[in-house]
Amino acid sequence: MSAIRPSSIAGWFGIAALVLLAGCERPPVETTQLGFRGTAMQQTDNPRILAAQRASLPPVPPDTPALPPGMPGPKAKDVYQNVQVLGDLPVADFVRHMNAITQWVSPEQGCGYCHNLANLAEDSKYTKVVARKMLEMTRNVNANWTQHVADTGVTCYTCHRGKPVPDEVWFKAAVPKANTQPMLGNDFGQNKAVGSVATTSLPYDPFSAYLTDVQEIRVYTKEPLPQKGTDRATIQAAEQTYSLMMHFSQGLGVNCTYCHNSQAFSEWFPRKATAWHGIRMVREANNDYIVPLTSTFPADRLGPTGDVAKVYCATCHQGVNKPLAGMQMAKHYPGLQGEPKATVPSASGAVAAVAAPVAGR
Amino acid sequence: MQYQNLFTRVQAVGPVHDGVALGPQNSARDIKPFLVHLFGRLGNAQIGPFYLGTLGLISIVTGTLSINIMGFYMLASVGWDPIEFIRQLPWLALEPPSPKYGLSFPPMNEGGWWMFASGLLLVSVLSWWLRTYRRARELGMGTHIAWAFAAAIWLFLVLGLFRPILMGSWSEGVPYGIFPHLDWTAAFSLRYGNLFYNPFHALSIVFLYGSVLLFAMHGATILAVTRYGGDREIDQIIDRGTASERAALFWRWTMGWNATMESIHRWAWWFAVLCPLAGGIGILLSGTVVDNWYLWAVKHGVAPSYPAVLGTVVDPATLQGVKP
Repeated sequence: MSAIRPSSIAGWFGIAALVLLAGCERPPVETTQLGFRGTAMQQTDNPRILAAQRASLPPVPPDTPALPPGMPGPKAKDVYQNVQVLGDLPVADFVRHMNAITQWVSPEQGCGYCHNLANLAEDSKYTKVVARKMLEMTRNVNANWTQHVADTGVTCYTCHRGKPVPDEVWFKAAVPKANTQPMLGNDFGQNKAVGSVATTSLPYDPFSAYLTDVQEIRVYTKEPLPQKGTDRATIQAAEQTYSLMMHFSQGLGVNCTYCHNSQAFSEWFPRKATAWHGIRMVREANNDYIVPLTSTFPADRLGPTGDVAKVYCATCHQGVNKPLAGMQMAKHYPGLQGEPKATVPSASGAVAAVAAPVAGR
Repeated sequence: MQYQNLFTRVQAVGPVHDGVALGPQNSARDIKPFLVHLFGRLGNAQIGPFYLGTLGLISIVTGTLSINIMGFYMLASVGWDPIEFIRQLPWLALEPPSPKYGLSFPPMNEGGWWMFASGLLLVSVLSWWLRTYRRARELGMGTHIAWAFAAAIWLFLVLGLFRPILMGSWSEGVPYGIFPHLDWTAAFSLRYGNLFYNPFHALSIVFLYGSVLLFAMHGATILAVTRYGGDREIDQIIDRGTASERAALFWRWTMGWNATMESIHRWAWWFAVLCPLAGGIGILLSGTVVDNWYLWAVKHGVAPSYPAVLGTVVDPATLQGVKP
């Protein structure tokens, strides 16, 4: 009776090892320590994959040099009509902003993507109304959310990357038909193979609850023992939180331990606090600036439940812990700084046909 | 020589029979015994006789019904599309009721089927347990297997019955699904402040890994001394031969002490049984007696405190004037 030969055992082991390793990424792996030793607080990166990621980024449009502050000359609101947000900029700087925004958002479509080229001042295109609100949103982020964006700030390009609609946006998930039927098939908003939760079976719309609605993320308690009479979080709430965290991890290209000490997720660290402010920043951007535009958008821009495309972490971060590797673009554009509404909207309402002298696109 | 060893790869072929005679009040045995060579390569070549009996029938029928409820519910959750059912199978689940229903019976599409599937599974598992007990007794054996199985049933009952009742909500039960029950486990640990600080969870892991270690040590020892008759290990409990002596000496040489041919089986049985027993206690205490295992461990000096090398950061929600 022939026994199994050692060489064939080795062969099978080799094949099994190759199959198992096929799911892994090829070294090198670089680990950066982010917290106290022994707490596993570290960021793991593969420099080869990072380099490929950076190389695949579209070239950032070159910054035009900022004009010296206090430059003499008429202001945009005194020369052009219907300039509601950027009116305090000198005319030359205003034009420079318009050109930059075109490069950031609609480089292929040009000025005509938002403007009626026969009358740049009029608001006939919905995109112009949206763009104005987005300018206010950008100014609000740069002025009031420095706890998240620090002095890097954001520009249109942070999200848009040369595309009229940013790549990373979210819609409310449509409720499957089976969920509302009397008998069976209710998925409780989870247990589906969808990208939003990174191959887990966690709730597939973790965004509505936290990034438009105000649901508590923290599910742990602050006391070791159960406290009577308190409204305690359910396992289902923990799954919701976990699902949102999957998006954080995917959206920023980081591990849990980038912000957390995984021995106790409840402990506070600087990056966790930054994220805490980020959640509120995103919530405000969605609720105060984006959701009110729902009726402005044409139906084909809306999601399956008729909601507007909203922002989350990945909209700016796009898989990188610092969007655009921390490039400081916003500081060159005074029009993106200051309080959301710099100019009181003109009460005239009449839009005169004034062709603005915009050079080039 | 090989055929003289109980652990032989040689398959002896001959007439097969039903084994010991059955006592009164037993049903007839099913499946006339036959030999399958391929099965013989892994275990015994003989298939059958199979004893179904009343308990076996109850167990198989209720178990099949339960699994079918889970399966058809999953199929319904992908709109009765068989291709999606296969593609997404690891993700699909039959979820327990929503928390708002507490311990009341929920509407069918909001956890009612989970209640039915759980009830049927309970009947199936308990009747299978009774069956292992009764069959062992019928053969004049001890009931060690039934009690080991009961240890696993304890963990199953804690997860799906005892703990949900103590917590006052069926929503605390585990979803039936491949990934969903794993996600549930991770969420459970997060909710109760990291299960690794639960001492019963730690004990359970000790017995789990301990079982693996004992299994490897014992299996290897017996295989290594079969050439001296060590395969007849039960004989050697009462009639210790050179196989037993050599195996024992090996362990005394290498680690100074050895189990005996008898005690090693008790070691293995207790390690295996204590794994779900301790684990079940740990689960039962989570949320009922302890709400945050990490803070519990800090309170009792188990968890270390690390210096705030990144600076002290307070919970921003406690600051004045922040947005909710």
